[in-house]
Amino acid sequence: MVISIASGKGGTGKTTVAVSLALSLDTCQFLDCDVEEPNASLFLRPSIDHKRSVSTLEPWIDESKCTFCGECAGICVYHAIAVFEKDVLLFPSLCHGCGGCILVCPEKAIAEGRRNIGVIEEGTSNSIAFIQGILNIGEHMATPVIKDIKRLIRKDMHVIIDSPPGTSCPVIESIKGSDFVLLVTEPTPFGLNDLKLAVDVVRELKIPFGVIINCDGIGDDRVKEYCQEENIPLLLSIPWSREIAEAYSQGIPAVEARPDLKEIFHSLFQGITRIMESKRDYDVQLGACR
Amino acid sequence: MKQLTIISGKGGTGKTTITAAFAHLADKPVIADCDVDAADLHLLLTPQLIKQEPFYGNRLASIDKEQCSKCGLCEETCRFGAIHGFEVDNTSCEGCEVCAYICPGKAISLKERLSGYWFVSDTREGPMVHARLGIAAENSGKLVSLVRQEAKDLAEKENKNIILIDGPPGIGCPVIASIGGVDLVLAVTEPTLSGLHDLKRILEVANHFSIAATVCINKFDINQENNQMIEDYCKEHGIELVGRIPYDSAVTKAMIRGLSVIEYPCGAVTREIERIWHTVEDLLV
Repeated sequence: MVISIASGKGGTGKTTVAVSLALSLDTCQFLDCDVEEPNASLFLRPSIDHKRSVSTLEPWIDESKCTFCGECAGICVYHAIAVFEKDVLLFPSLCHGCGGCILVCPEKAIAEGRRNIGVIEEGTSNSIAFIQGILNIGEHMATPVIKDIKRLIRKDMHVIIDSPPGTSCPVIESIKGSDFVLLVTEPTPFGLNDLKLAVDVVRELKIPFGVIINCDGIGDDRVKEYCQEENIPLLLSIPWSREIAEAYSQGIPAVEARPDLKEIFHSLFQGITRIMESKRDYDVQLGACR
Repeated sequence: MKQLTIISGKGGTGKTTITAAFAHLADKPVIADCDVDAADLHLLLTPQLIKQEPFYGNRLASIDKEQCSKCGLCEETCRFGAIHGFEVDNTSCEGCEVCAYICPGKAISLKERLSGYWFVSDTREGPMVHARLGIAAENSGKLVSLVRQEAKDLAEKENKNIILIDGPPGIGCPVIASIGGVDLVLAVTEPTLSGLHDLKRILEVANHFSIAATVCINKFDINQENNQMIEDYCKEHGIELVGRIPYDSAVTKAMIRGLSVIEYPCGAVTREIERIWHTVEDLLV
């Protein structure tokens, strides 16, 4: 089963939940897909034994063959190539790597080069197979790094994905294809507003999901009321605790600071499994009806 | 006219709380909420909508089934894996038009996609430009640039002194779009290992684009040791630390009432943010 942890709002406790869930399983694969600001390794402290770079396609122009016809600039919707009378200018950070310029060039003057935009690190942390992506400083696009991480998803174990905050492309890329999404929020107006946006996204992607309230008690009850009204399973409330906050600040997983939480996170996993099983039964029944 | 962006790398460190407080303290500001993925500033500034405009992001490929000969060339050529079984996966399509170019039967065309809305509003602190990215839409960097351009036009037209930009978390495209060409960024961090890790990366981004940066630590008193590590890091790199805001649960109470921490007094938090604003103001001159 692939479970993604997402949130909309940043700083609500995605990494805390993802790490705690991973540590409450006997074994799993952990993917840190928050490649702009990956933090899970601060808690899991994996030993990294393999690194690979992530690259995107980048056109290489052979000016000796170029006739400055401008076809390449014409097809590039990202404005990454500009052609002048006797000059071609390339803007690599705008290039999405679609390969259009290579296809249209009548002189075959454009070759397929690669540009490094990040790195993927693989290692282990006790019984967890750990993978994280790191976007290079100054790079715009996180999604190619996330795509490459997700190619490494294993089928023989449970997979926990720590996704980035927000609701746009990096989040979609991270949670796409998951069996279940855990949305972590906090009981505040900001938490609720961003939870609603995240709910819209998982509904659009048609992925089953549930909500976890972190730092319960610091705000109001409107998140709970919203979940009730919308029939969204509220799977867990973690009360605000100085102990957990202090452990977090030092990079200590919540389940290590508070061993009683391990059982709670294990039950959370079983709860998700039950939701998925009943959904499958329901789908089978639905299929039989048809 | 000056531009200040509040960023953080890590989410949830207090960017929006600080932006709303600055909006109250600043003289004649225009406010721009550039966290278009998960905008929250409107919850504190209760904007009165003046103008709403659609935002069109990248276009999407669309296959005309009648014309399609099922040759499969489009699927083969698409670098984004967005075509499967002669259907376009909208969440993967980046609108490059290569499929439309390669299709021998001219069965593929690109269609405009409504990718969100942007707004101009009035608030009690001044005009505000904000946006809402569509569900599962792309191009948040493009929408950020649009919000900033509108804020700039508005500031020039109405003779405002400063644009206060509430930035998104992370270091990627919407962040880069939020900080390009501003006079100063204020990075808000917290004394946790994650906070420090993410602060270093966002400061490297500011440095990469040659943008002046300054730092403030929120909830500085939750971990003295990490607070010291952040202070040492700033000193080592010649980055000015403009303030240390203590932890106070009153900040959440202000948020629930829809007020900034200046309007809803939060003791030492309020005093320190006022002090930070005056320091930042001096840095901007």
